[in-house]
Amino acid sequence: MYVAVKGGEKAIDAAHAWLAEERRGPVDVAELSTDQIKGQLRLAVNRVMAEGSLYDPDLAALAIKQARGDMIEAIFLIRAYRTTLPRFGGSEPVETGAMDCDRRISATFKDAPGGQVLGPTFDYTHRLLDFKLAADGEVPEALAQEADTAPKPHIMTFLDREGLIQAEPDGADIPPDLTRAPMELPAGRALRLQSLTRGDEGFTLGMAYATQRGYARNHAFVAELRIGLCAVEMDIPELGFAIEIGEIELTECETVNQFQGSKTEPPQFTRGYGLVFGMSERKAISMALVDRALRWRELGEDNVGAPTQDEEFVLYHADNIQATGFLEHIKLPHYVDFQSELELVRKLRREASVPQQEAAE
Amino acid sequence: MWTELCGLLVHSRSGSGGASLTRKTGRTYLHVSRREDLVVSEYNFAYLDEQTKRMIRRAILKGLAIPGYQVPFASREMPMPYGWGTGGVQVSAAIMTAADVFKVIDQGADDTTNAVSIRRFFERTAGVAVTGATAEATVIQTRHRIPEEPLTEGQILVYQVPIPEPLRFLEPSEVETRKMHSLEDYGLMHVKLYEDISAHGAIATSYAYPVRVEGRYVMDPSPIPKFDNPKLEMSAIQLFGAGREQRIYALPPYTQVVSLDFDDHPFEPPKADHPCGLCGATDSYLDELIVDDAGGRLFMCSDTDYCETRRAAGHVGADGVAQAEVRP
Repeated sequence: MYVAVKGGEKAIDAAHAWLAEERRGPVDVAELSTDQIKGQLRLAVNRVMAEGSLYDPDLAALAIKQARGDMIEAIFLIRAYRTTLPRFGGSEPVETGAMDCDRRISATFKDAPGGQVLGPTFDYTHRLLDFKLAADGEVPEALAQEADTAPKPHIMTFLDREGLIQAEPDGADIPPDLTRAPMELPAGRALRLQSLTRGDEGFTLGMAYATQRGYARNHAFVAELRIGLCAVEMDIPELGFAIEIGEIELTECETVNQFQGSKTEPPQFTRGYGLVFGMSERKAISMALVDRALRWRELGEDNVGAPTQDEEFVLYHADNIQATGFLEHIKLPHYVDFQSELELVRKLRREASVPQQEAAE
Repeated sequence: MWTELCGLLVHSRSGSGGASLTRKTGRTYLHVSRREDLVVSEYNFAYLDEQTKRMIRRAILKGLAIPGYQVPFASREMPMPYGWGTGGVQVSAAIMTAADVFKVIDQGADDTTNAVSIRRFFERTAGVAVTGATAEATVIQTRHRIPEEPLTEGQILVYQVPIPEPLRFLEPSEVETRKMHSLEDYGLMHVKLYEDISAHGAIATSYAYPVRVEGRYVMDPSPIPKFDNPKLEMSAIQLFGAGREQRIYALPPYTQVVSLDFDDHPFEPPKADHPCGLCGATDSYLDELIVDDAGGRLFMCSDTDYCETRRAAGHVGADGVAQAEVRP
């Protein structure tokens, strides 16, 4: 006798209660506050904001806490929240040239107006575990300096003056919006960049790394990497002019790449572009490399069949929320399709074994 | 114009009434129920905002106007993962009214975990009445099955679709497959089916078996077993939602839906070798369960409502017990 198992609802409730307990962890250890996450795990917060496409450090910190540190789960929470928000307009383009830079480096010029500013970077740290941090988190105060008010124009403008860098066409007044319209290919550069900036950091890194190793190689120099605060301005129809509504931290990367020239263009440099919420420089550099590789058609380069040149491949697989959902759905019951496969294989095996038996007889 | 069209869509299914349906059988555990205590009020009715619903309804209407054609739509991130029914959930949310009676099945069953989760989502965000009984439901969201009991005019069947493109595994590029559909270039599909026959003596596709709609579009019926394919010609509206792939398509009632085949290898829906072990049905799709360490098998209806209805009516299979003994 068999009685079908019931109780899916009870099982789900029990699982979620257990999850909540696991999230909290041992109760004799103080609970993690979202302020601690926001202040001390800031790069995690930045990644969640960038790939969640929502600039809100408090909510990102909450998502990380709720997701038990699972970054993709946290990004998912932010995305799901983001879609419920009303959209009341678009900002003016942010003026990254006027960025209040915490960090600004160029790999192409030893010095340039505005100077090189190393900023709070992991670069040149020796990756040795600091066991003192396990004991106490006290750090000596960093040296302070007068605020650097020197303007820091984009390095690219200096190449531009000589006509050595390819001129970029003006963008459309209103760029397409990936979150409001279905993606249709071929995608313009604006849509590609939109997709890349919210794309998975690991995926973007892998795609970019592949170009460096020769799959659609386009040797990139980091002309400039800058991180800092930018004002966001919005045009208010009732006022008739734009006002500043806040500041966001951005990482911008411009690469300068070799270009042999084509029938219509003299030899010159071309660029790749990356712009990401928060301090996210690995992602911004990766994005610039992938952007550049995807531009092969407009620059008249050969399609060598590299994955990073394939717009459809990159854009359809960069989104980790889509990817993880579909990947993990194979955990769901598939009794029905599996059963039909089972029957088919049995049938094919039966039919395949008949001639053999006949031959044996 | 739009609202009139929308009115038509709603009006066309007003025939089967709202929550005031009465039960045909004496069962109590599948009654239409409404859980007021679950309702959350922070969100719009059925979660999605009205602009989004309007956008989705437009895609649905376009899909109904061009049966089998995949309409791109701006799929939203839902509070459940892509691949877990977000397309179906968005379609259900866009068509749902407060008077609807909602049923969710996954693999034919109302009590599989993801079906429970989706049903509860709408109980919380729309406060709609839910049921397990196929005949009582006005909107049925399904994954991988069509209910055994024939659906009627006034009902809507919403499918969750993972990969809406029937040509996808023959041609990975979306740009190419859209071109193939617009040119009605289905040669590749016929070659694939032919190669199956030459290699295996039969078409080796057992679920998500491709169909041709009204002699025009080749369509993926979602991963239903091919046993269900003949049921695709029905009296109810069928809507297909693929959230991650951002596509909606539809079959209006009484649309011609032909499973692809060849004259000398006609499509044959498989028939189970066994009756249902619990209710004795010989006409339903069966799940196979391993019931003991020796590998003993039990075959039972995948459609739990169908099986329970039959058992409640007194049918008993070889491995079952009479309902009276289970529920005195």
